[in-house]
Amino acid sequence: MTSKEYKTITDIKGPLVFLEKTEPVAYGEIVSIRLSDGSEKNGQVLDTSDDMVVVQVFEGTEAIDRKAGVKFLGDVFKLPVSKGLIGRILDGAGRPRDGGPEIIADENADIIGAAINPYSRQSPHDFIQTGVSAIDCCTTLVRGQKLPIFSASGLPHNDIALQIARQAKLRDSDEEFIVVFCAMGITAEEYNFFRSDLERTGALENAALFVNLADDPAVERLITPRLALTAAEYLAFEHDYHVLVIYTDMTNYCDSLRQIGAAREEVPGRRGYPGYMYTDLAMLYERAGIVKGKKGSITQFPILTMPGDDITHPIPDLSGYITEGQIVISRELHQAGIYPPINVLPSLSRLMGSCIGEKTTRDDHKKVSDQMYAAYAQGRELRGLVAIVGEDALNERDLQLLKFADIFEDKFLRQDRDEDRTIDETLNLCWELMTNIDTKYLVRLDQELIEKYHPEEKKA
Amino acid sequence: MEIKKYGSEKMSKNEGVIYRISGPVVTATGIEARMYEVVRVGNEKLMGEVIEIHGDQSVIQVYEDTSGIRPGEPVLSTGQTLSVQLGPGLLTQIYDGIQRPLQTLEEVMGVFITRGVDADGLDLEKKWDFVATASKGDDVLGGQVIGTVQETDTITHKIMVPPKASGKIKSIKSGDFNVTETVCTLEDGTEIKMMQEWPVRHPRPFSQKYAPDTPLVTGMRILDFLFPLAKGGAAGIPGPFGSGKTVTQQSLAKYSDAQLVVYIGCGERGNEMTEVLDEFPHLIDPNTGKPLMNRTVMIANTSNMPVAAREASVYTGITIAEYFRDQGYDVALMADSTSRWAEAMREISSRLEEMPGEEGYPAYLSSRLAEFYERAGRVETLNGEDGSVTVIGAVSPPGGDISEPVSQGTLRIVKVFWGLDAGLARQRHFPAINWLSSYSLYPQSLNQWFRDNIASDFPEVRTQISALLKVEAELQEIVQLVGSDALPMDQQLTLEVARMIREYFLQQNGFDPIDAYSGVQQQYAMAQAILTFQEEAKKAMAAGARLQDVVNVQSRTELMRARFAEGYLDKIGGLVEAMVAEIAATAEAN
Repeated sequence: MTSKEYKTITDIKGPLVFLEKTEPVAYGEIVSIRLSDGSEKNGQVLDTSDDMVVVQVFEGTEAIDRKAGVKFLGDVFKLPVSKGLIGRILDGAGRPRDGGPEIIADENADIIGAAINPYSRQSPHDFIQTGVSAIDCCTTLVRGQKLPIFSASGLPHNDIALQIARQAKLRDSDEEFIVVFCAMGITAEEYNFFRSDLERTGALENAALFVNLADDPAVERLITPRLALTAAEYLAFEHDYHVLVIYTDMTNYCDSLRQIGAAREEVPGRRGYPGYMYTDLAMLYERAGIVKGKKGSITQFPILTMPGDDITHPIPDLSGYITEGQIVISRELHQAGIYPPINVLPSLSRLMGSCIGEKTTRDDHKKVSDQMYAAYAQGRELRGLVAIVGEDALNERDLQLLKFADIFEDKFLRQDRDEDRTIDETLNLCWELMTNIDTKYLVRLDQELIEKYHPEEKKA
Repeated sequence: MEIKKYGSEKMSKNEGVIYRISGPVVTATGIEARMYEVVRVGNEKLMGEVIEIHGDQSVIQVYEDTSGIRPGEPVLSTGQTLSVQLGPGLLTQIYDGIQRPLQTLEEVMGVFITRGVDADGLDLEKKWDFVATASKGDDVLGGQVIGTVQETDTITHKIMVPPKASGKIKSIKSGDFNVTETVCTLEDGTEIKMMQEWPVRHPRPFSQKYAPDTPLVTGMRILDFLFPLAKGGAAGIPGPFGSGKTVTQQSLAKYSDAQLVVYIGCGERGNEMTEVLDEFPHLIDPNTGKPLMNRTVMIANTSNMPVAAREASVYTGITIAEYFRDQGYDVALMADSTSRWAEAMREISSRLEEMPGEEGYPAYLSSRLAEFYERAGRVETLNGEDGSVTVIGAVSPPGGDISEPVSQGTLRIVKVFWGLDAGLARQRHFPAINWLSSYSLYPQSLNQWFRDNIASDFPEVRTQISALLKVEAELQEIVQLVGSDALPMDQQLTLEVARMIREYFLQQNGFDPIDAYSGVQQQYAMAQAILTFQEEAKKAMAAGARLQDVVNVQSRTELMRARFAEGYLDKIGGLVEAMVAEIAATAEAN
């Protein structure tokens, strides 16, 4: 398409440029803006009419003046995709950042991404062993799931995400995940940490990185995850890869969304975030899954930091309504020196039921997990009581549960950053720890399992 | 099934052009459209609906993605409002929010939903065996049944005269017809086909509304026993994420004794809809012994599908439900989740730059909610039969705080509130319905049914059980401070009895094939067993037995555990007798 250059900018406000124009411009069309010094910026049409066009500028509107030339490129935003994306590092707008050549495209994929027809989806059921006991036992991850980490500032969510990326595999299978890593507004230091860890373990060769750092334009963050997911969809559904998408930090993404909303003078919803944030987030998270007739899969691991550790803040709240569970990182456990500080009580995996049991993990998994969970929950509750009435007021059962809560945190939760426990090791560890409670109090386990697995009651 | 690209059909002459595009909202000029008229937008003829008119400008919400559409492209009016096709072939289907079968969309578009494809809600080619029940010369009125089609094993689809037609039958014939062929002609020339169309935003007519007097039996003990819902009633289930809304809704869809179920997945998770799709065809309806799918219509408009179609999905669903109600069926409609529907309204409203009400929701939110729930009800149909639509709406309040507008708007209308509680879910107490905050306003009107059909003292037993739970809540506050050992013996017993209610009666494993469903008769027997335990324990303790011994009798554990085995209702009498004997023995042992 021959594109005319317009010099009809009327207003510039925050990340938005308003211009009058003469020819019809498509909604969502890509825009190139040439500044007086010859440099170029990219943007996208947010609102179009006969009288006025609103362009959102990805690199920010700095140095744009009313004399800048605006070209409409006739197409919506597309990412050139090919297998060559693997092993590459791109910036937040999809340009090479590693000094390598441009990606040679097999095709250009629309980054907005269409919704998967629910009828065409296949239910996820393949157990992913992460090697982290708290996750494998209590909030089991399934291939094709979207399971976010709800964390907060100052907590080791990055270590946990990396450990999972390193260790995640299907049981009895060497099949590895391709990692698509998407950074949104994280610091250079955090980025280097991710990158050097991926390099150290050789995972970088099997990864594609899309990086928008804290000092990169905020508006660009709105397209970075869409690029990453478009790459992931291409690799999963055209080339049969199992893709693990890690994106961090969703909170920065949502803040950019709010920034655009404010600049457009939209009616704000809760805490100033736009009313359509749920739909917007769903359009990212719902791009996880498996579809019938394709071998590949997309598993998502978004990381978000809860402002003020508040799980009811709109970002974790809306995410929780879309994702299939959540892994909640606890400041309390972190302060107690436990890594990984996963609080299993508010954590949840909605798809867990479909991937555990005799055929996939082990026959005792469900009941052991329930029992560990129940005992730990009661133990933690008793801590509150003990603070008031002292240990003397507790009966024998309560004392055992109280002690168990400590053991649970110290032996079960705590593990090294490089410690990769198999699911059998994890479950055996559970049984070993449960010897600290009289079997008559283990009401969620049936006699059959106790005789099969309990270290002291086992029948030879 | 016939598939056509938009545009193959004849359009009315009325044509305008696009003036402005902002997300799903498009403004057109030069078109004389009516409010809520369906229009075709742009060169790809995307489906949209007129939602506002300013002078020459019509504001349109578009049901598909609008990227790439330009001002100046054509807009065509169709002269019709958003309608659904009603007739044989609805059952076992799964639709998107505007009644396009997802299976057809897959055949045309592949696994990703693109745009610009139209698909009929019904299979227009399939032949159905129509059996005429009216005959030539009969005078018929709108809504009257003139014939039947055996649609699935369990459901006989009744073919009705469209609500607005009436007259003397000139001719009617049985035989194999597709839904667009004429099966009956009236003297005035009106041709009646098996398919009728109905505008979704318009409630279907009926003769009169009755007060509900029959419970919708769900098989969930806490619901049927403590907080019953009437057939034709409306219930709200608010709860934070992870508290089990969807599991509860699915359980209701599986086990409730409605004859038909319409399940609307409105703005929810794709994988969850897939799970329902995988599961339902293999599940057996406990009331008929046939696959559940045979009585189900599903609407799936997941969170990432177009937001305007999400807004329409609840109307599409309830219109289908009303259509089956008009045939004299009891229909249950589950909407999961109405908050996503409200958010769709909010999103569209903010694009229209309307003045917002509370939390950015449009000022008409509560009236829309009320209009929707008001379409529930038990009615006398135009055909003189008894039919009902029961509506169960899930609400997803942000942060679990039900002071927000959608929860409040819902609670003002519905008579049953099943409050889900994250704390209970965290303790793995399922269904995580809080027995202190939940309520039902139906017991008064349903008590007679329970007395007649279950037991003459049913309401009294219910009162005793809920009283025990209330007392427990008060005692627990004391226990928090001083520990349970400090309570007098009779209060410690009350705590034990309440624990039995919680663990044996209220907790129910939705994934256990037997425990998932309890008939009301069994629920009553279980409640009686608890009260018997309390009474016998009191007696034994008065005679000197220790609480510890009474509580630990083996036969009580057996009574409780046996509910996971088949035929529990028959065994329960014997188990209670054994318990009574053993408890009496504890007194003698001392």
